[in-house]
Amino acid sequence: MIDLLQFDFMQRALIAALLVGLAAPAIGTFMVQRRLSLLGDGIGHVALTGVALGFLTGTAPVLTAVAVSVAGAVAIELVRERGRTSGDVALALLFYGGIAGGVLLISLAPGGSNSTLMSYLFGSISSVSLQDVWVIASLAAAVLGVVVIFGRELYVLCQDEEVAKASGLPVRFLSLLIAITAALTVVIAMRVVGLLLVSALMVVPVATSQQLTRSFRSTMLLSMLFGMIATVGGLTSSFYVEVPPGAIIVIVALGGFVLALGLGRFVRRSRPQESSP
Amino acid sequence: MSGGQVSLDRRPVLRGIDLTIEPGEVVAVLGANGSGKSTLIRALLGLTPVSGGTTLLYGTPPARFRQWWRIGYVPQRLSVGGGVPTTIREVVASGRIARQRRFRLTGAADREAVSAALSAVDMAHRAGDPVQALSGGQQQRVLIARALAGEPDTFVMDEPTAGVDAQSQQLLADTLAVLVGQGKTVLLVAHELGPLEPLISRAVVLRDGFVCHDGAPPHAVGAHALPGHDHVHPHAAEKPLSPLDWRPTS
Repeated sequence: MIDLLQFDFMQRALIAALLVGLAAPAIGTFMVQRRLSLLGDGIGHVALTGVALGFLTGTAPVLTAVAVSVAGAVAIELVRERGRTSGDVALALLFYGGIAGGVLLISLAPGGSNSTLMSYLFGSISSVSLQDVWVIASLAAAVLGVVVIFGRELYVLCQDEEVAKASGLPVRFLSLLIAITAALTVVIAMRVVGLLLVSALMVVPVATSQQLTRSFRSTMLLSMLFGMIATVGGLTSSFYVEVPPGAIIVIVALGGFVLALGLGRFVRRSRPQESSP
Repeated sequence: MSGGQVSLDRRPVLRGIDLTIEPGEVVAVLGANGSGKSTLIRALLGLTPVSGGTTLLYGTPPARFRQWWRIGYVPQRLSVGGGVPTTIREVVASGRIARQRRFRLTGAADREAVSAALSAVDMAHRAGDPVQALSGGQQQRVLIARALAGEPDTFVMDEPTAGVDAQSQQLLADTLAVLVGQGKTVLLVAHELGPLEPLISRAVVLRDGFVCHDGAPPHAVGAHALPGHDHVHPHAAEKPLSPLDWRPTS
């Protein structure tokens, strides 16, 4: 562990991994509760168009990815709000449009090819620059800020939208807030695990901690801890074993889930009063 | 709702209803399945848009209503969402939301109201348990505690007695009696009044989207008036002469 901290790129990568591991499950808890586990996936697809747009126009891909994925997230939320029946089809259209748009735009970019997109699809945490670290840090702070400031309201919204409405909460604003925060999280996690695996960091740690907890708050806090263990643990092992960090991070997270599944059964059995009516 | 006039007009489910609820009333909306009971109260709160007519909450349309802390809405069932565990205390504490400011931390008044609400429905000893493990009647008690925690003036309850065991029904009736004693306004939808019957001051009976009775509740006689009497037998057989044929003929 010490020798790996001697490398500058590894220090930057570890900071990025830590921040992503912290922020993704925090907003992910609300998404899981709201049955929007796949929202991160959808935004990830749309963000690919943003990345390609960055290459095409010569601006930083991270910035265009933020802009396009926020727009995509707002579009998804508006579609969802309209009608629930055609919602998933509309979402699917948006997903495929995102991928196709990304591939199309990158082929138009000077010197761009599908291989340019690879590092965004699957992550390239070892190439994180100092500037990237600052962008990731500020976006992670924004995500955590939203969770801290609006957490109470988001909890009610994700529990029951009608109760939120009947409590006078700004339901549409809060829904958009979740979508936009998810979009920001997708972009910061893009460098660490890649767009195709982004959603895993939002969902898997939450699913893991669900097995062991009883309250919403502890689920969220524990999932943030699991998220950090997965990202840092995965990154560290990818340093010693020649494997892509994004993939090993997700595998570590899934391994944790399987462990928690067994442990959770044991924990639940040890407190029988919980299941009695 | 109270103090304001409510009239709404909705072709398929509610076809022109005028209803005003005065402060301190305990109103039961009755009717068969599909008569639009739940739609009525959802429309009153602005949860279902009205296609015609107007709805006023304390004199203000729902879209511009700002005093949501005055209303405690109890939905039909507890939505456990995506399955993230959450404790009874967390759910009940969320009932304070309409009274809390965004940048303010949870205060002593919040905690006291939550504890009081938990004891009122006899769930204080289970406060740390996840709501997912509760029975239907217990979940209903948690929902009512959530509304109680907000200390509203008016309670709007959607089928608080549906699928609830006898013990929880009696507890609900006792809780409601306390609220009525405090002069709170209660609007509830029910299929079957059960032990709530003596508390109701006014009954609104819906049929095919119209109000077919508005006034004194149809009082039960004989064994029905006894507290703790459980309504297991069909009513149609005992009250064939009632002009208010609002009970389902199942």
